[in-house]
Amino acid sequence: MDGPAAAASGAAFDAGAVIEIAERLQGLEGPLLPILHALMDRFGHVDERAIPVIAEVLNLSRAEVHGVVSFYHDFRRMPAGRHVVRQCRAEACQAMGGEALAADLERQLGVSFGGTTADGRVTLEAVYCLGNCALSPAALVDGELVGRADADGILARVAGGAR
Amino acid sequence: MIRVFVPGDAAALSVGADAVAAAIREVATALGHAVELVRNGSRGLFWLEPLVEVERGGQRFGFGPVRAADVASLFAADFLSADRHPLALGAVESLPWLARQQRLTFARCGIVDPASLADYEAHGGLAGLRRALAMAPADIVREVTESGLRGRGGAGFPTGIKWKTVLQAEGPRKYIVCNADEGDSGTYADRMLLEGDPFLLIEGMVVAGLAVGAEKGFVYVRSEYPHAFRRTEAAIASARAAGLLGADVLGSGRRFELEARLGAGAYICGEETSLLESLEGRRGQIRFKPPLPAIQGLFGRPTVVNNLVTLATVPTILANGAAAYRDFGSGRSRGTMPIQLAGNVRHGGLVERAFGLTLAEIVEEFGGGTASGRPVRAVQVGGPLGAYWPTSLFDTPFDYEAFAARGGMVGHGGVVVFDDTVDLARQARFAFHFCAVESCGKCTPCRIGAVRGAETLDKVIRGADPDANIALVRDLCEVMRDGSLCALGGLTPMPVISALDHFPEDFDRPAQACAAD
Repeated sequence: MDGPAAAASGAAFDAGAVIEIAERLQGLEGPLLPILHALMDRFGHVDERAIPVIAEVLNLSRAEVHGVVSFYHDFRRMPAGRHVVRQCRAEACQAMGGEALAADLERQLGVSFGGTTADGRVTLEAVYCLGNCALSPAALVDGELVGRADADGILARVAGGAR
Repeated sequence: MIRVFVPGDAAALSVGADAVAAAIREVATALGHAVELVRNGSRGLFWLEPLVEVERGGQRFGFGPVRAADVASLFAADFLSADRHPLALGAVESLPWLARQQRLTFARCGIVDPASLADYEAHGGLAGLRRALAMAPADIVREVTESGLRGRGGAGFPTGIKWKTVLQAEGPRKYIVCNADEGDSGTYADRMLLEGDPFLLIEGMVVAGLAVGAEKGFVYVRSEYPHAFRRTEAAIASARAAGLLGADVLGSGRRFELEARLGAGAYICGEETSLLESLEGRRGQIRFKPPLPAIQGLFGRPTVVNNLVTLATVPTILANGAAAYRDFGSGRSRGTMPIQLAGNVRHGGLVERAFGLTLAEIVEEFGGGTASGRPVRAVQVGGPLGAYWPTSLFDTPFDYEAFAARGGMVGHGGVVVFDDTVDLARQARFAFHFCAVESCGKCTPCRIGAVRGAETLDKVIRGADPDANIALVRDLCEVMRDGSLCALGGLTPMPVISALDHFPEDFDRPAQACAAD
């Protein structure tokens, strides 16, 4: 592992680290999701090149591992921006102006949901419910829950160049 | 040493509870006050969060909503010993909003230190498990059956019957799976318990294990709840260290192991068979039933899959007896339900009451109307697959059968309030869109129907041949309801049809000039 910057550039891929994670967790009952989460925690995404490595350790086909990685919204195939804003787009937040907030975030960040700003600073994603429905609209900004969210508050949290 | 409580619940944190706690610690130190700060769960009065409580003479006095900037003035008004500050609420237990509730499952939430097993036990925890340890498995199952407890995840299936099936199933290995994939918008009861009283769930799962002969359990927590997941893992570690989990549960010689697992952002994994697939490490696609999970569940073994609130209600039933629980409720809906008020509501939060409150009592008396101050126009009860209802149905009592009789469902207990700016045609379209995003893809009515439904409602919304397109949507809804394999495709018609039936004026749109037509 050559650090997050190298991973983000796609230049480096540390198969040894993937093997280490997969072998450490393979004894669990149903180890694949915990392994993929561990890769997300370590690298921020699941590199295409990790799929055959995991398949080898778990004695699965590459297709099976690929199928799981691609099924779940959480497993990114590409690195995210330096900040990740996940805004709730579900009903309780809609009732409190969530759609206007979504439009505002898209306009101010200059990016659509599912995208990352050109400078790589912010990834904007939709999420369906954060369990903060009495303090909506809600967003998860770099893993921190924000209640009664507004665009200014969210943008202030992601204003810096790094976390 | 004065005890001061600042919730560590994610909702309280989302409006600044950590900064408030830090400010209290800092000012108390500077002024030389001996303060013990407890990070409790939330009481569920979210419009008052962060709700700071001070314990005086065994009673707790509340202040809220407190911002970090208020802390200096709280100390200046001597809040540790007096209620002079403008944010003072008086004795928390006497707040009408709480005093009118019947908290059984949430009896400790917001009160205890959720990180302390000793505190849990001091507040009545483990009494149910201790009783269960002295009972035969069939007697535990009978107790749960006689309590009338039904699944709180939405389906409302009698819990005791499910347990009995697993108890009678043969097999060397059985599992208890807690469904904490609380994906319905407008719900947060599971999250509050994981963060505010996690040992309650652990106790309930150990009891379930004793009842059916299972020695291993999984808690499947959705990844949208990172804070709750960390709390769950910490509570499991404490329980294991204290001998509540492991090879010798409370010195009984009985074994129960528990693992927390993280979902990965798929609403469908709240469906029990998808959840099992996901736990096994596969795509969260639903399974055909039969076989029921009770017969062939996780890794093909007999498995109890229960919602978190269901499992967390079991200790209370065991501690107080089936009759005490069954005495609450109405009709065939026995016991209490944690109702979660959400969306555009003035007093949003958790109301645990016996079944039978009317929607009007819930939305108007507890909720206090909308947050925006505008008239209530619609509520959606039971999550994204629940019906949209107008205020003319507010006399409906909150109970499984009464809601079903009017084309709705109580689901997991979420009540999302909308004011008169809501556009029900857009909400109906969203129901299809959500189904399209979250469909597992296994069956055609759901996978294709959701996409076609959204496209057709787009035409209605821009006024393109609305009558014919609405007829098409109704037809499609029939196909999805009758032809889908699980509740996602099967119930997506519920919000759509209820919006069409109760709010037809929102679908009567003027035609827009549109090149694409």
